[in-house]
Amino acid sequence: MKRSDLILIVLVLCLAALPLAGGAYTLRLGTMAAMSCILALSWNVIGGFAGYPSFAAAAFFGLGAYTTGILLGYKVPLWLSLPIAAGLSFALAGLLGAVLLRLRGHYFAIASLALVEVLREIVNHATDLTGGGMGLNIPVTAGTDIMADARFFFYAMWLVLLVTTIAVIAVSSSRLGFGLSCIRQNEAASQMVGLNTTLYKSIAFGLSACFVGAAGGVYAAWVHYIDPTDVFDILYSVKPIVMALIGGLGSSLGVMIGALLYLVLEEVVWRNYIQFHSAVLGALIIALLLFLPHGLTSLRGGLLLRRLRGA
Amino acid sequence: MPEILKLDNVSRRFGGLYALRDVTLGIDSGEILGLIGPNGAGKTTLVNVVTAVTPATSGRVAFAGEDITRVKSYQAARRGLSRTFQVVQPFPEMSALDNVAAAAAFSRPGTSLHAARDAAREHLAFVGLEGMAGQSAATLTLAMRKRLELAKALAMRPRLLFLDEVNAGLNTAEVERATGLIHQIAKSGVTIVMIEHLMKVVLNVCTRIAVLHNGALIANGAPRDVIKDSAVIEAYLGQQYARRHGHG
Repeated sequence: MKRSDLILIVLVLCLAALPLAGGAYTLRLGTMAAMSCILALSWNVIGGFAGYPSFAAAAFFGLGAYTTGILLGYKVPLWLSLPIAAGLSFALAGLLGAVLLRLRGHYFAIASLALVEVLREIVNHATDLTGGGMGLNIPVTAGTDIMADARFFFYAMWLVLLVTTIAVIAVSSSRLGFGLSCIRQNEAASQMVGLNTTLYKSIAFGLSACFVGAAGGVYAAWVHYIDPTDVFDILYSVKPIVMALIGGLGSSLGVMIGALLYLVLEEVVWRNYIQFHSAVLGALIIALLLFLPHGLTSLRGGLLLRRLRGA
Repeated sequence: MPEILKLDNVSRRFGGLYALRDVTLGIDSGEILGLIGPNGAGKTTLVNVVTAVTPATSGRVAFAGEDITRVKSYQAARRGLSRTFQVVQPFPEMSALDNVAAAAAFSRPGTSLHAARDAAREHLAFVGLEGMAGQSAATLTLAMRKRLELAKALAMRPRLLFLDEVNAGLNTAEVERATGLIHQIAKSGVTIVMIEHLMKVVLNVCTRIAVLHNGALIANGAPRDVIKDSAVIEAYLGQQYARRHGHG
């Protein structure tokens, strides 16, 4: 295991101590943070490792949310609903991936974006199952005490994050990760050395979808009510990409730090510039990407220290 | 010698243009076949058809007795067909070692990355790049990248190796070195098909020559006979070459 992977694991484990520190607001932030990290780490598998810029995260977030919501409605317990949501997301992404991943670059990005719209429309029209535009009420799973509820869902999301982190690290140091790196750098050459690129890309797309699906599931159970515009929100696709870009493509640790930094920025900006927070956040992101195009990971620790010392 | 590769009436069309037209060609196990012809004759297309980069429009390709006309390129690679590219195709951000390890690992499913890196070290040493193992492929010189390409192809432990202009862009010393490597590879029992413009190398290395012109095979035989063939002189070598070598 690389040092950066070790730091990543430690970072995730530290996050688990959050309930010791704060109240319901902190836990809410923590849950959102864990969710963002899941989305960003997942995006990095297809976007960072394999080099296919996917905008499909919102599709699988919504799919996971609705799958879990509907299953909970049928009295399936949460611990069982989440793996089902994840499995379904993996399967659907894997199957669609075999087709969509024939496209490259912008074409793939647009196609993956269309996937979000397609799933949203299907959910909108399957009124009997999903409630359509009226949304879906989801039974309360964790009890009625506010703090207990907050703590339960924080840990549920954190657990998904932990599994995601372990999976992502396992992928990056495995044959699969090696193959994805080959595909990103030269897909034609990858095929010529005997790499089944379609299979590898499909698995990567499936992996990038399944934890997002699980996160969507936890989200649905947490907020008790979902509707198509909420869970198929395109921001679930865009934000992870911005986070990954801030952190540095391809590096799991970088992406995770990017996600956390983005959330801090978002929260600080929102608190201080409530009137025009989107504009300020946008300007900050543009500035970051302009001056640090390779993300935070391109800053080397030694370099930073030297600069601070003024040498 | 048994036939390792057999092309039967193979054609490849791009729209209305025939890049290959009814090519029938057999390659025997153990030989070094030179594939020559003017630019655009279909030499690279022939390699692309066999390695399944661009499948044949019609006709049949058999490798070691099995029909491979419709296999995917990664499957062709796993069967022991490997190639180098005219324009080198490294994984630019990876080290030279990992470039070769990728070839060793993916051409044989079940090879661990550890074993693949061990094998890669040997192949790098064979092409004389052991000192560059840790360098990223993008930083290597063209001559080194060509040798890296060769190491990659060899790491797949091919039975049939296509060399697509491995000498293009190299200086005399580098060409000599590459030629030496080709001889050694052939000695280890690998059948070689080489696309080459340097006639000196072709005559020095090849046991047989096949000539393509406008997608059709116009000559096929022993090097000495082929360079005297009037159709070949007309299409490719030119009168000057023929005169200079006393065949005109």
